[in-house]
Amino acid sequence: MSTESLWLIVLACAAATFIWRALGVVVVKRIDAQGAFFQWVNCVSYAMVAGLIFRMIVMPESDLAAVSLTTRIAAVAIAFGAYFLFKQRLVAGVLAGGLSMSAMAAWLG
Amino acid sequence: MLLSGNSVVMRKALLDALSLPAFILFFTMMGFGSLARGAGFSAEMSALSSMLIWGLPGQLAMVELTSTGQGIIAIVFACSLANARFLPMVVSFVPAMARGRASLPRMLLDAQLLSINSWAVCLREFPHIEPEFRHRYYVTFASSILFAAIIGTLTGYHGAVLLPGSMVLGLIFVSPLFFALVLSAVPGRAERFSMIFGCVTIVLAHYLFPSVDVLIAGGVGGSIGFALNKFLQRRNVD
Repeated sequence: MSTESLWLIVLACAAATFIWRALGVVVVKRIDAQGAFFQWVNCVSYAMVAGLIFRMIVMPESDLAAVSLTTRIAAVAIAFGAYFLFKQRLVAGVLAGGLSMSAMAAWLG
Repeated sequence: MLLSGNSVVMRKALLDALSLPAFILFFTMMGFGSLARGAGFSAEMSALSSMLIWGLPGQLAMVELTSTGQGIIAIVFACSLANARFLPMVVSFVPAMARGRASLPRMLLDAQLLSINSWAVCLREFPHIEPEFRHRYYVTFASSILFAAIIGTLTGYHGAVLLPGSMVLGLIFVSPLFFALVLSAVPGRAERFSMIFGCVTIVLAHYLFPSVDVLIAGGVGGSIGFALNKFLQRRNVD
């Protein structure tokens, strides 16, 4: 593709993403933050983010797909174990999970 | 005691960013940088994509479809769809920030700076911060990780760091893991129900409508979580 079309793609994609953000601002200016509609949108965003993360771990499209589901779940379990063991420190959980994933991937192939 | 004071809050935001999220973004955007190079984008275009699109699922859709030679309209549409989650995320985020009355351009700027990292971390930290200093925390945190993301994109683009495959897997894994841990501490019954049903829904949605699976998971899972919470509330009242 030409340089011009690649630039066009980047800028158009940025604008097309910004539309959603701007719409969010428009909506938020019009609603009551204590109301039922806000509560529903709040639930939708939590469900979306949780779904996205669940997909990244359980049905990954990244290189993680090469690792078995059992290995991925084991690494998540180790991460949560370390997280609660070390007074809910995120660093402890992430470090334990990431390292155990690397170790299992290296050993199990 | 709630945290207050500009310098206190900014220092906390910087430390919170550097404790993990900045590194996570650095590494995930490294992946994006190398993919963008493979698809024919220049280093400037890749860095600007991270800065202006600022949503990895959309960026990945852009790069993937460009490398397979799709038309511009299809590429932009797919990128936009992959980032549509920003609409509900902005709506749920702004009231929690309690910024009060801000002008429209300022609100748009805040919305542009929002990413899934800032959203999750700030919603977790806001209850511990005095409302008038929350915006300061958010802007400091979000711009720090944006900076890390741009550096990561350029590092990945130039292939400066070559790591063994098993280590790369560990690094890729860190990103969803971080969010899973952050979200496990989310209080509120409605939110918890919604997250559970979001996970259940996405399995089905992924097989049926892979390109909009996250939106379906949000719409269906969130609605069930919301309704279930309302139902239980009503039953307790009566």
